[in-house]
Amino acid sequence: MIVALVLALLVASVLLLALNANPLEAYAAMWEGAAGKENATAETLVKATPILFVGIGITIAFRGGMINIGGEGQMIAGALAGVTIALILGEMRVPPELAKEKGAFDLIIVTCSLIGGFLAGALYGGLAGFLKAYFDVNEILSTIMLNQIAVQMMNFLLNGILLDPAEAGVNNIPKTARLVTAAQLPRLSLPIGDPHLFARTRLHWGLIIAIVLAVIIYIFLWRTSLGYRIRAVGENQRASSYAGINVKRQMMFSMFLAGGFAGLAGVVQVLGLQYRLQTDGSPAGFTGAAGFNGIVAALFGGLNPIGAIPAAAFFGGLLVGAQKMQRELGVPASLITAVNGLIVVFVVSSEIFILQRSKRRVSLQETPDNLGSGGGKPADRASPDEGSG
Amino acid sequence: MTDNLLPTGHRPIDKLDMIGIVKRFPGVLAADKIDFDVKSGEIHALLGENGAGKSTLMKMLYGLYHPDEGEILINGSQTAISNPQDAIGHGIGMIHQHFMLVPSLTVAENIALGMKSSRGPRLDLDVVSRRVIELSEIYNLKVNPDLPIWQLAVGEQQRVEILRALYKGAALLILDEPTAVLTPQEVDGLFRILNQLADDGHALVFISHKLHEVLEISHRVTVLRDGRRVNSIPTSAATRPKLAEMMVGRPVLLEYEKNAADAQGDRLVLDGVSALSNRGTVGLDNVSLRLRGGEIVGVAGVSGNGQQELAQCITGLREATDGKVVVDGIDVTNAPPSRLNAMGLSYIPEERMIDGVIKEFSVAENYVLQDHGHPKFTTARIFMLFRKIREACRQAIKIYEIKTPGTETLVKSLSGGNIQKLVLARELSRAPGVLIAAQPTRGVDIGATEYIHQRLLDERDNGTAILLISEDLDEIRALSDRIMVMYEGQIVGEVENVDVDIEHLGLLMTGGS
Repeated sequence: MIVALVLALLVASVLLLALNANPLEAYAAMWEGAAGKENATAETLVKATPILFVGIGITIAFRGGMINIGGEGQMIAGALAGVTIALILGEMRVPPELAKEKGAFDLIIVTCSLIGGFLAGALYGGLAGFLKAYFDVNEILSTIMLNQIAVQMMNFLLNGILLDPAEAGVNNIPKTARLVTAAQLPRLSLPIGDPHLFARTRLHWGLIIAIVLAVIIYIFLWRTSLGYRIRAVGENQRASSYAGINVKRQMMFSMFLAGGFAGLAGVVQVLGLQYRLQTDGSPAGFTGAAGFNGIVAALFGGLNPIGAIPAAAFFGGLLVGAQKMQRELGVPASLITAVNGLIVVFVVSSEIFILQRSKRRVSLQETPDNLGSGGGKPADRASPDEGSG
Repeated sequence: MTDNLLPTGHRPIDKLDMIGIVKRFPGVLAADKIDFDVKSGEIHALLGENGAGKSTLMKMLYGLYHPDEGEILINGSQTAISNPQDAIGHGIGMIHQHFMLVPSLTVAENIALGMKSSRGPRLDLDVVSRRVIELSEIYNLKVNPDLPIWQLAVGEQQRVEILRALYKGAALLILDEPTAVLTPQEVDGLFRILNQLADDGHALVFISHKLHEVLEISHRVTVLRDGRRVNSIPTSAATRPKLAEMMVGRPVLLEYEKNAADAQGDRLVLDGVSALSNRGTVGLDNVSLRLRGGEIVGVAGVSGNGQQELAQCITGLREATDGKVVVDGIDVTNAPPSRLNAMGLSYIPEERMIDGVIKEFSVAENYVLQDHGHPKFTTARIFMLFRKIREACRQAIKIYEIKTPGTETLVKSLSGGNIQKLVLARELSRAPGVLIAAQPTRGVDIGATEYIHQRLLDERDNGTAILLISEDLDEIRALSDRIMVMYEGQIVGEVENVDVDIEHLGLLMTGGS
């Protein structure tokens, strides 16, 4: 893993040199931007939050044998539902003169829009699961298509009924009205130092919600019968049906949960950060590609929700640090994307390399036998189970 | 016959010696100073459990592996065999357990495959065909060189393999478990061919773990255990119990004492059940049977004649297109497996690595494959009580003598026999009323086989109704109270298991009557 990272940075250095930039300076800027000051760290965590939500969902899907590429669309579905609920409830429960009241917090509005966002994403993901389970529609294709549909649906709604009344006929920037303060997720600070750590940053409670859910999902997957069924279907569908597990239902269920978590990513992005749903009309205009980065974070985290926490922080840092690098050295923005891509490619392929090598080692040991009696000493080969311990 | 040529026109191998052969694999000593020799005109049986080192030793002779120590002498001179081409050049041929033939090509094309044509770039299939006919006449191997492989029966395909080895000039033939896929009639045919080959001066190595075949066909037996040579004895001095003891390292029960069956009450009834195979053809054709508590009914037949479809229709894993399946008086035709599980139906599936266990799961997790949500292993049916699961699993490991480092070991690192014991432990722990056991001992060594057989008989005496589906006629005969024979999806015969005429069974299995 570390080796892969170093290799990726080396290859990226060649690109930087080709552009007359000093790689060492570039990486220093990147580190500075990602973790240098209080605000840099906070921004990294802010970026990491939606990635973590999506990553948890993707982990569930992968464990259930489903490849969910639809995080983007599910985020949008969740955000649309969540923002609608927050706007409607905000109007109903908060009188207009208190709309901008500082420190106001309405648990009902926030809970309802979080649940609404979860359900909308879940139904959107579950749709792909349903198509896979009952009509054998490849879930990779269907989720990618559903991403497109979600983006266009969002553009349509944000230019139509959800458009901020203040914008109508003025700038026509596709965005909703701003949420009332009571519907917003509070900012997060830690009681260290004075002023409190992160008190003057954009860090919000979404991060805490995501971390708590990661732990809950870990318990869900490895300690409950529901999670057992999802993992069983993901590993071996034939043995699962033999065991009496309804395979089709589990396929739908794991996509339902995966979509739900992506939906949460979307709604938390609205309630905690932007306080409105807005886009520039491009596919990743609202999501910032968190729906895709979450996939990589899930893999990076070893398909374990706890592992997804540092993985999401890592990718959040990469994104934030890259912006700083761009500002400091004036290298083109596309190079930053290339550097990120290189790191992902190297790290993921090193994972695969390690996996293959351990498989090869096992198969080598199996050769002395002709019929499945796998070698003399099982203890030698018992690899540590990543989670069921 | 030193100066004589073989009837194929090639030079015989008078004597081949393997001396002090050592082969190490990571973590395993697969061959530990093994001595082995075979002479012209001799059939030398190589006997041992799975993993004893038989195949490893012979793969070194055929150039697929290279010995770490030791030497190979052909006619007294030291020879290095670095790959199969080398081995063939020295007159060594190998017939693998799984045939290495291309189904869509003809016999002649398969034989010509990988050899230089006598006409340069142009194919010389007619030359090959003529030579194949010549050879098959010498050995009475009757094969039409122009037929594609897929049209041939398994026994005929094996003859093509033998022909190919002879064609390439094999003077020494290694046969790796050649009877595993054959019917009794085909085995007889193969043995006639092997005897003739030996009479003509070929040297033959016969790898097997079936005692009666070794006793019937070989001149000499070498027994391997855990990578070591136990002993080599002339077959005339060998008996079944003696060979079994040499193989396992302790006396083994070969015949079971069976109480008289006390069968009562229909537990499982099939009435005219039909089903499609995976290819969409008729897999199961109007099958009816009755299984009573306290009896074992054996279903014999060559693999692929509907046995798998039968087991899957009963266990809810395949849709019955016609007919009725009744368990304990309740119609369960096409009921989901979860319902059948709850009714006390247990199933030991044929492909245990695919259907019976989840390889990436731990031993404990696999132990509760069906019961992971059962109230005794969960709180509120949601939270799994792993302490209780591990406890139950540890007991099963002890009772069923499953060799595993612990309950948290991944199943994929257990041996085949131990995985089968785990499946057996799980299925019997569920106190089944009806047990479907498909190929319960395939690929399992003698020690574990003995144990599994004993447990099945105990279970029968406890009143369980057992349907035993097996290709191994010895197993069927040793355990069953009644025997049914399946052929092309139908039950073509049913007999009580007393004084069964094995030739008659064999005939039924191949569609004769």
